[in-house]
Amino acid sequence: MITELGHFALILALCVAVVQAVVPLVGAARGNLAWMEVARTAALVQFALVAMAMAALMHAYVTNDFSVINVAENSHTDKPLLYQISGVWGNHEGSMVLWVFMLGVCSAALALFSGNLPPALRARVLAVQGMIATGFLLFILLTSNPFLRTWPPPPNGRGLNPVLQDPGLAFHPPFLYLGYVGFSVGFAFAVAALIEGRVDAAWARWVRPWTLASWCALTIGIAMGSWWAYYTLGWGGWWFWDPVENASFMPWLVGTALIHSSIVVEKRNTMKSWTILLAIITFSLSLVGTFLVRSGVLTSVHAFATDPERGAFILLLLAVAIGGSLTLYAFRAPALKGGGLFAPISREGALVLNNLILSCGCATVFLGTLYPLFLDAVGGPKLSVGFPFFNRTFVPLMVPMILAVGIGPLLSWKRGDLLGALQRVWAAYAAAVVAILVAFYVTHGGPILAVLGFGLAAWTGMAVLVEWADRIKLFRVGFADSLRRAMHLPRAAYGMSFAHFGLAVSVAGFSASAFDVEAIDTVHAGSVVQIAGYELRFAGVARVPGPNYTADQASVEIRRDGALVALVHPERRFFPLQQQTTAMTAIRTNFLSDLYVALGDGDEAGNWTLRVYWKPLVPWIWIGAMFMAFGGMVSLSDRRWRVGVGARARRMAPALQPAAGE
Amino acid sequence: MRRALYLLPLLLFLVLGGFFARSLRPDYDPHVLPSAMIDREAPQFDLAGLKDEGLARDALKGGPVLINFFASWCVPCRVEHPLLMALANREHVPLYGIDYKDQPEDAAKLLAQFGDPYRRVGLDRDGRVGLDFGVYGVPETYVLDSDGHIRKRFVGPLTAEQVDKELLPLLKALRKS
Repeated sequence: MITELGHFALILALCVAVVQAVVPLVGAARGNLAWMEVARTAALVQFALVAMAMAALMHAYVTNDFSVINVAENSHTDKPLLYQISGVWGNHEGSMVLWVFMLGVCSAALALFSGNLPPALRARVLAVQGMIATGFLLFILLTSNPFLRTWPPPPNGRGLNPVLQDPGLAFHPPFLYLGYVGFSVGFAFAVAALIEGRVDAAWARWVRPWTLASWCALTIGIAMGSWWAYYTLGWGGWWFWDPVENASFMPWLVGTALIHSSIVVEKRNTMKSWTILLAIITFSLSLVGTFLVRSGVLTSVHAFATDPERGAFILLLLAVAIGGSLTLYAFRAPALKGGGLFAPISREGALVLNNLILSCGCATVFLGTLYPLFLDAVGGPKLSVGFPFFNRTFVPLMVPMILAVGIGPLLSWKRGDLLGALQRVWAAYAAAVVAILVAFYVTHGGPILAVLGFGLAAWTGMAVLVEWADRIKLFRVGFADSLRRAMHLPRAAYGMSFAHFGLAVSVAGFSASAFDVEAIDTVHAGSVVQIAGYELRFAGVARVPGPNYTADQASVEIRRDGALVALVHPERRFFPLQQQTTAMTAIRTNFLSDLYVALGDGDEAGNWTLRVYWKPLVPWIWIGAMFMAFGGMVSLSDRRWRVGVGARARRMAPALQPAAGE
Repeated sequence: MRRALYLLPLLLFLVLGGFFARSLRPDYDPHVLPSAMIDREAPQFDLAGLKDEGLARDALKGGPVLINFFASWCVPCRVEHPLLMALANREHVPLYGIDYKDQPEDAAKLLAQFGDPYRRVGLDRDGRVGLDFGVYGVPETYVLDSDGHIRKRFVGPLTAEQVDKELLPLLKALRKS
C-alpha cells in the first residue's frame, strides 16, 4: 500500500512540477504577482511529494517487500540495514528518484530562502527548476519506475552488488547528486537572466552561494568516490580516468571556473555572457554525464543496467534543456552589456586565465572520454586512450593554472602589478626550491617531474600564506594590529585561502604517487615482508562469518624497529549469493604515508599472496580535497550571503568590511 | 559577426547531439563492434616476448587460440583479469596476450601481482600490431581458428555471460571442425 502511495506521490509531483513550470512563467511575463507566487508553493509541495515517494521506496527496501521488482532485484534479507537503505540508490531507478529528490531539496531551499529576490526573477528561476523536474519525473515514470510490482513475489531478493556494500559508497551518491543537481540552480538563474535580459552584480551575488554549495558537495562526492576506489579495488590506484569518473569531473572543472568568473561579475560587473554560458555548460555536463552513464554508449567499470530506450529519453531531455538554453543564449546574450574594462595583467586577467585553462582542461577530458564515440562515427583509425592520453594532455595543462593560483590573488583589480606580485612572493620561491631539494635528497633523485610537482605544491601553498600575511600586514604593523586585521578579514577571503591551500596539499599528494613502494609476496603463517623500513609479520588467516558473506581474515603485525605499530586485518569477502569475492584492504595511515595491505588468493596449503604498498603522502590527496570543500563552506558562511543581510550590510559596510576582501 | 559567435555553443551542441543520437541506434553496441577483419587472415606479426619467447602469428596456427590485447594502465583489463585466469586454469583455453602500448616492466608487475593467464605475451610497444588488428581500445579479445583466420572479436572486458554463451561454444565448434 505504501509503495502505491509513493507511486501516486510521484505522479502528483509530476503534475505539480508542470504547474510550477508554467504558471509562474506566465505570471512573470504578465506581471501578475499572485501567479508568480505560485512558484514557491508549488516548489514546496513538489518537494514534499517527492520526499514521500523517496520514503515509500526506502520503506519497501527496509521491510524487504520483494513484491516490488526493484527491491527484489537489488536487496536481500541478510543485508545490513545501512546497505538496505543505500541500496535504494545503488541501482538505476532508485538513483533517479534520489536525483529528483535532491532537485526538490534545491527548489524548496530556493523557495524558502529567496525572500530578497525580485519576485519576477524568483518566479522564473523556480519555473525553470520546475521544467527540469518535469523532465526527470517523466523519465522515471515512463522508463524507470521503481514502484512496479511482481506477483508472486520471489522468496528473497537478488542482493546488492558486493562492491557497493561499503560505507564510502553508501554516502558517495547523495553528495555527488547534490553537486550535480545543485548546479541546476545556477542554470535556472542563467536561463531566467537570459529571459529578463539583465545580469548585474546582484544577480551574481544570488547565484554564487548556490553554485558554491553545489561545488562543495561535488568536491566531497568525487573525493569519496576516489577514496572508495583506492581502498576497495585493492591495487592502490585512486583515479582511473574511467568514463564515469570523468562524467563527474567535467562538471567539477567547469563549476570551478564558474565560481571564479561569477566573482568578476559580482565585483566588476563584466564577463557576464561568459559566466552565463559557464552556468549553462556546468549543468549541461551534469546532464551529459547522466546520459553517458545511463545509456551505455561508453563502456565503463561502473556500468549501470542500460537500456537504449532510456538513452533516447535522456537524449531528448538533453536536447530540450541544453538546446533550449543555448538557443536562448544565442539570441539574448549579445544584448548583455559588459561593464568594467580591465588590463590583461589584473585580478580579472588572472581569473580569465583560470577560466581558460579550466575550460581547456574540461575540453580535454571531454574529448578523451567521448573519443570512441566520435571515431566510430567518422570511421577513423582505431586509437586507444586511457591513462597515457590524460597524463600527457590534462596534467601539463594544469601546471600553469596551479602556478597562477599562487599569483592571481595578489594582483589588484583593473590593473595589476605582476612584477611587484612576483617580488612579494619571494618566500614562495624559497619554499619551492627547498621542497625540490628535500624531495630530491629524500628520494635519491626520483622522477624529475614528481620532484618538480613538490616544488609546485610548495610554491602554491607558500604563496597562499604570503597573500594572507599580506592582507593582515604581518610583521609590517604591530602583532596586535595584525591579529585584529586577521579577525576582521571577510570569511570569503579565508575560504579562498583554505581552498587554494587545499589544492597545494592535493598536488603534493598526486606528485608523491611516483614514489610508491610495493612488495608482493607469497606468504604463510610466520612469513615476514620488509617494506620502507617496516616489517610485516603475516600471522595467518582465519575464516570469519559476516552478515551476508564469509571472510578470510588475515592478521598482519606491523613492526618498526622491532616495536609493534599496529595489527591489521585485510580480508577477502566471499558473497555466496552473487558468487563474488571482494577485497577489504587494511590501511594503516599516519597522515604522512599509508601502509596498504591487501590479501590475494590463497591455496589449501595455507600460502597466500600478500600485496603491500607504502604510499607516501597519499592521504594528502583527500585531505586537500576536504580543505577545498571546507574553504567553499567557509566562504559560504560569509556574512555577505546571509539572508536579508544585504540591506543591513550596505548601511554598515564602511566600518566592518575592510577593503582587503574586495 | 559578433552575434555569430554566440551561436557557436549551440552549433557545437547540435553536432554533439548528432553523435549521441547516432550512438543510440539499436545496432550500436560498444561491446560488439563490427570488424572488417572477421573471417580474414589475422595480420602478420612477430613480436618480442615479455619473458623469453616471442609471439608470432604463424606460430599460433594449428588450433583455435585466443589473443587478448591488454595493458597495465587499463582499468577494464583488471576487471577482466579474474575471468581470464579462470579461462586459462579451468577451461585450459590457449590464451595469448599482446601487451599494448605499455612498458614491459609494468606489464610484468601486473602479471606477477594478479597471476599470468597467458601462455606467452608479445610486446606491442608502439601499438602497430593493434593498429593492424583494428584494436579500438584495450581490452579486446580475438578468436583465431587453426588456419589463423579471425573468427570473432570481443571489445571491452569479457563477461562471464559472453564466455559461457559465445566464447566456449565457438571454441568447441572450432575444435571439432
